[in-house]
Amino acid sequence: MTTTDTKPTRPWAASPRDRALTASSVLLSLAITVGIVLGTPMKGKLAYFFVFLITWLIVDSLYVVRKFGAKGVRDALAAKITLYGAVVVSMAVFSILWATVDEGVAGLNLAFVTENMRNASFFDPIGKGGVLHAIIGTLVLIIISIIIAVPMGILTALYLTEIKGKAAGLIQFLVQAMSGVPSVVAGLFIYAAIILNTPLRASAFLGGLALSILMIPTVTRTAQEVLNLVPRDLREAGLAMGATQWKTVALVVLPAARSGLITATILGVARIAGETAPLLFTVGVFDGYNFNPFVGGTGTLPTVIWAGLGAGTPEAAQRAWSAILILLIVVLIMFVLARTVGSRQFKKK
Amino acid sequence: MSIDAPAKVIPQARKITTKPRVSDQIFRAIVTGFSFSALVILALIAAFLLLKGFSTLRDQGFGFITNFEWNVTLDESGKEIADFGLQAMLVGTMVISLIAVVIAVPLSVLTALFLTFYAPERVKRILVTIVDLMAAFPSILYGLWGLFILMPMAVYWAELLHKWLGWIPLFDVPQPVFTRSPFIAGLVLAVMIIPIITSVSREVFAQTPLDRVQAAYALGATKWGVIKAVVLPFGANGVVGGSMLGLGRAFGETVAVYFVLNIVFRSNFEILFSQGGNVASMIVLKFGEAGETEIGALMASGLVLFLLTLVVNFIANAVVNRTVKSGR
Repeated sequence: MTTTDTKPTRPWAASPRDRALTASSVLLSLAITVGIVLGTPMKGKLAYFFVFLITWLIVDSLYVVRKFGAKGVRDALAAKITLYGAVVVSMAVFSILWATVDEGVAGLNLAFVTENMRNASFFDPIGKGGVLHAIIGTLVLIIISIIIAVPMGILTALYLTEIKGKAAGLIQFLVQAMSGVPSVVAGLFIYAAIILNTPLRASAFLGGLALSILMIPTVTRTAQEVLNLVPRDLREAGLAMGATQWKTVALVVLPAARSGLITATILGVARIAGETAPLLFTVGVFDGYNFNPFVGGTGTLPTVIWAGLGAGTPEAAQRAWSAILILLIVVLIMFVLARTVGSRQFKKK
Repeated sequence: MSIDAPAKVIPQARKITTKPRVSDQIFRAIVTGFSFSALVILALIAAFLLLKGFSTLRDQGFGFITNFEWNVTLDESGKEIADFGLQAMLVGTMVISLIAVVIAVPLSVLTALFLTFYAPERVKRILVTIVDLMAAFPSILYGLWGLFILMPMAVYWAELLHKWLGWIPLFDVPQPVFTRSPFIAGLVLAVMIIPIITSVSREVFAQTPLDRVQAAYALGATKWGVIKAVVLPFGANGVVGGSMLGLGRAFGETVAVYFVLNIVFRSNFEILFSQGGNVASMIVLKFGEAGETEIGALMASGLVLFLLTLVVNFIANAVVNRTVKSGR
């Protein structure tokens, strides 16, 4: 008996002929693109890019129509156009990232992150004065917001996941509504409620209050999601061992969801770290270090950027770009932290 | 053999109750109390803005919404004459938010479709990160980018639009000034609301019943056929809801719009012209030099903006919740 080995075939894989066709369609589109861009008054890299996208769409469709007919062309067009949508969206993100790094790096130096603006102004040449006071101010604001918003957010999430009271639907709805509150309204509210009514004046504490309003919904929704991921068995085991509900929550559920709750906090911080509008009403202005969060204005990264742009000189704009680079780095660190901590919980499951 | 068996002790029957212990009652009371913080905060915001803006609303009446002058002048006796009208700002807010939605929705839906149906696993993970990252960018960064990077390009696009489509009243301009126009503000807002519309759409598309998808494939549909016949009809509501969430975001955006829009108190529908309005940015713009009367008017504006976004968000969430049953 002889056995014949059948080689597995892959009829869907691209044959050399297909590859040659694809390459030729790309080359043809490139050639047409260059022709169109040079022949018309369009200019710039973006023009090349977009004209190429459109030409390739048409040229490749002509290839496909020969092989698969009208139905195949519609399918191929849909695949390409959705890809184009994703490409345009990514381009915007890369443009933003690139612009920040490109423009911001020029103003970065040691003084910029180790000094304050007490003895310097926005109009001084780069290298004199820095934004350390604003970095500290932003950190103080973040800490205040965490102290206020995280307990409130987690308790609300506990109500929605553990107690599931009668009002759960309403609360859920209100939390969603709260996440849509415009940031400027949060600032106006603190101004109207506290600065106009009490002797308290603009300070880091009031800024933290305004930011908490924006942070609570983010923390609540993320915390709710991770608490829902804690297996029911754990809760039931706790109760079956004779623990009261509050002990089960405090000793079993919350520790089980710990890394997820940290993620919730970090996402909340990322949400508020760059908020500017509420701070314009609530934190005031100060060029030096202010470690008292209750009295006196504080410099923060967003308000320093705001002021730098308002000043209107090239040096001020450069400072604004460099400050936003620092702010972006802070946000990116938060973002990466949230992802790594968050994925750790999912791996454990 | 008379060893007395020990008398059987029958323990008292334990009382079975569902009443929580005292500690649990305290726990439940505290958690329930704090969970109403959302309600309290929303109510307080409305109450204080109404309190401080009440005099303006009383003096201006319905004209606060329909007039478009905004000035405080002194008459001969030194009395303040205040004219506050939000019409131009409200119209401007609508115009730029609609531009943003019109640009962002197609891009977001395409991206969501690509992510759900076309992207290979690796590309998908990177792209999801990119979209999430977009949502985490501070709004002032969008403002800066819009002002320095996007504006020069967008002015050129606006000139092209005007040149070829200028005969449509929407794209006409009284003078050839294209910077800081509603069009550019709308572009920046579009980039800002893409992440939320994309993530809601993706969530909805991913919930398309698998049996229907597979049935369509079994009938010989192409991928596009499946999307057109099954996925889009199923997800349409969710996309509408997501777009409205984006609209609500766009209504309330302050800082980014402030940098790229020339705020003028005149209702302007010529979107390429350098004149526009935005309630939130106007509040920040006027706040610096506002006197006591004007602060009241700004509070009233804040109230209008708050209620507007609240209504849009309520409707949007209701629509999305009906489509997506998961805990969004």
